[in-house]
Amino acid sequence: MLSDGGSFMKGMVMGGLFCLVLSFLSSFSPSTEFMTEDHHHHHVKAASKEELNHLSDSHTQELLDQVRVSCIIMVQPSVLVYWAAALDTWAKHCDKAVFYTSESSKALEAIDLNEKDDWARLRKALKHAYDNAGDLRWFFVARPTTFAIIENLKYLVLTKDPSEPFYLGNAMKSGELEYVALASGIVLSYEALKRLVNVFEDEGKCPERGRALWKLSEDKQLAVCLKYTGVFAENGEDMHGKGLFNSKTVHSLISDSMKANPTNVVEGCCSDMAVTFNGMSPSQMQVLMFGVYRLRPYGHDFHDLMTFYPPEGSDND
Amino acid sequence: MKALGSKFSFYAGFVVGTFTLYVFLRQVWFAKTLADQQASSYAKLHDHQQQLEAEKKIWKKERSALFNLKHPHHLGEDSSMADELYRKVRILCWVMTGPSNLETKARHVKYTWSRHCNIVVFMSSVDDPDFPTVGLGTKEGRDQLYWKTIRAFHYAYEHHADEADWFLKADDDTYVIVDNLRWVLANHTPDEPIYFGRRFKPYAKQGYMSGGAGYVLSKEALRRFVEGFKSKVCTHTTSVEDLAMGQCMEKVGVLAGDSRDTAHRETFHPFIPEQHLTVKFPKSFWYWSYCYYPISEGPNCCSDVSVSFHYVDASGMYLLEYYTYHLRAFGYKYRYQPPSPLAYSTEKSRPRDSAEGKKQQAPQENEQGDLKRADKKLDADPPPAAGKDPPDAAGDNKQ
Repeated sequence: MLSDGGSFMKGMVMGGLFCLVLSFLSSFSPSTEFMTEDHHHHHVKAASKEELNHLSDSHTQELLDQVRVSCIIMVQPSVLVYWAAALDTWAKHCDKAVFYTSESSKALEAIDLNEKDDWARLRKALKHAYDNAGDLRWFFVARPTTFAIIENLKYLVLTKDPSEPFYLGNAMKSGELEYVALASGIVLSYEALKRLVNVFEDEGKCPERGRALWKLSEDKQLAVCLKYTGVFAENGEDMHGKGLFNSKTVHSLISDSMKANPTNVVEGCCSDMAVTFNGMSPSQMQVLMFGVYRLRPYGHDFHDLMTFYPPEGSDND
Repeated sequence: MKALGSKFSFYAGFVVGTFTLYVFLRQVWFAKTLADQQASSYAKLHDHQQQLEAEKKIWKKERSALFNLKHPHHLGEDSSMADELYRKVRILCWVMTGPSNLETKARHVKYTWSRHCNIVVFMSSVDDPDFPTVGLGTKEGRDQLYWKTIRAFHYAYEHHADEADWFLKADDDTYVIVDNLRWVLANHTPDEPIYFGRRFKPYAKQGYMSGGAGYVLSKEALRRFVEGFKSKVCTHTTSVEDLAMGQCMEKVGVLAGDSRDTAHRETFHPFIPEQHLTVKFPKSFWYWSYCYYPISEGPNCCSDVSVSFHYVDASGMYLLEYYTYHLRAFGYKYRYQPPSPLAYSTEKSRPRDSAEGKKQQAPQENEQGDLKRADKKLDADPPPAAGKDPPDAAGDNKQ
């Protein structure tokens, strides 16, 4: 009788544990990018007006001269309309814009890297940009499906020293790896790019064809290689902590905000100094161009401490 | 026998254990969701109350109108010029809407551009003291449009004539940049018999203004409109509201103004920005034969200080608010510099930016840069005497 009771108790305990394990498993969802997207250890914020005010005139001029951006735009003929859109819109605001393609197109000019593999192509493009950097110290990597407001990128990195390693954008996490999403643009300082180009030589740490059983996307590969050189992904934010690099379209972000903050849609949406939006159609990009560089309410002025001039020979900005 | 018994007990225990814990867990989960639901409904109530509190700081609800208490400001901006215009060019915005559109359209107007008007009145067929809307005593429908317009303007005149200088009509799918409207109007006075909008040419000698793109009457124009109906010079001729309006305006001697900027770009727009900026309308489209002034496609279609767009949906309202009032390029020197309105003190006393030691990133080293460096095709600041328009009475008088 006693052993029966003992067995019964053992059974109950096992049953209870079994139930707990089951319920725990069912509520556990595999962590993907969604889980820790806003769990950033590293943030980079733009300088505030006060900070800028405290700079001396000569220092300010120095910073201005140094914050020139080289745009590295990864295109391919399959996205010809976006390629053309980038060329006609935001790329005009880069101090230098170079288009790198996987194969040449008769319609538009680009540096043909003749390389189908995304990661290998990105490596070649970055190396080429580094070798031809001239006196440019900041590098912005994007696809033409992304729209960038280069002046706001400059504002973000204005007081940062490009001889320090910076690797900025929309910082995301995949398992243990923190990386900057290519979809919303990647910003590299000269030092970061230099270290990267050096580690390209190391087939062990940064293999050209990728060693993993599964293929990592090129932005994650980049993060892995940079990590070896001691450079870590940082999230680009405005002074209020709002992300500046958006992987979605403006329309999508506004829609989200209409559901999340119906009484404060615009304030709850996107930063005033946003740097990138991703996935907008070419005509939406023309509207964004108009919205950023032309449309404004008369009589409201921001006396920004720096002036960036419009590019020559352009009519949509 | 004994072994079988204990095995059986084990299984029985297992089942009982599982069942007990299952029931226990479900109770806990249930209680938690109940608490969560209560918490979220309290939160919603709290949010709603906070919203009402916030609204009280933005506008004062009185006599079925919303009186904006202050001109919305942005952190870190210098809006002294806009503030001066807000005080001197008082605009009453009335929005044509209806009961079925309040939550789907009018609401978004309320939370976006109407906050920049001095007064806003939502005109409907039915009175609604909460929104608030004015009930015009009509029915709804396209055939009622001119009746609603007539009554709305009469209402505005009877209730608010002394509280505003200009009276704007807009639809609940029109987005209006009121600050830019003030710039267009600033060189005119409310005693001039004049009205502005997107000028169309057919059906009236001096043309008429597109209804959807919105149009604005001076106080004198509104007075003549009301007088016109009293004296039966104007009547309900057709339900095509904008056309009928144009015909009445002509009859009572109100001038159809030119609302274009100093680079001759249109400010009032009958479509959304995307269409004006990127779409090539087919030559057979009515638009080509309707526009009073030559049409420009592409970037020249639209002024930097555009006043209105039409067929804007709910999310489009917030998008335009974001593009106009929020999103900008740091430090960017706009190509087009709208000349400041005459006799406005703030602009005169403002230091010219290039002289104040502001640092510039530019191809050439030239402190006096200003606009001369930019594309020479576009207007530099014209001399102040020329103003925004050639003197209207003399130049545009087509009577």
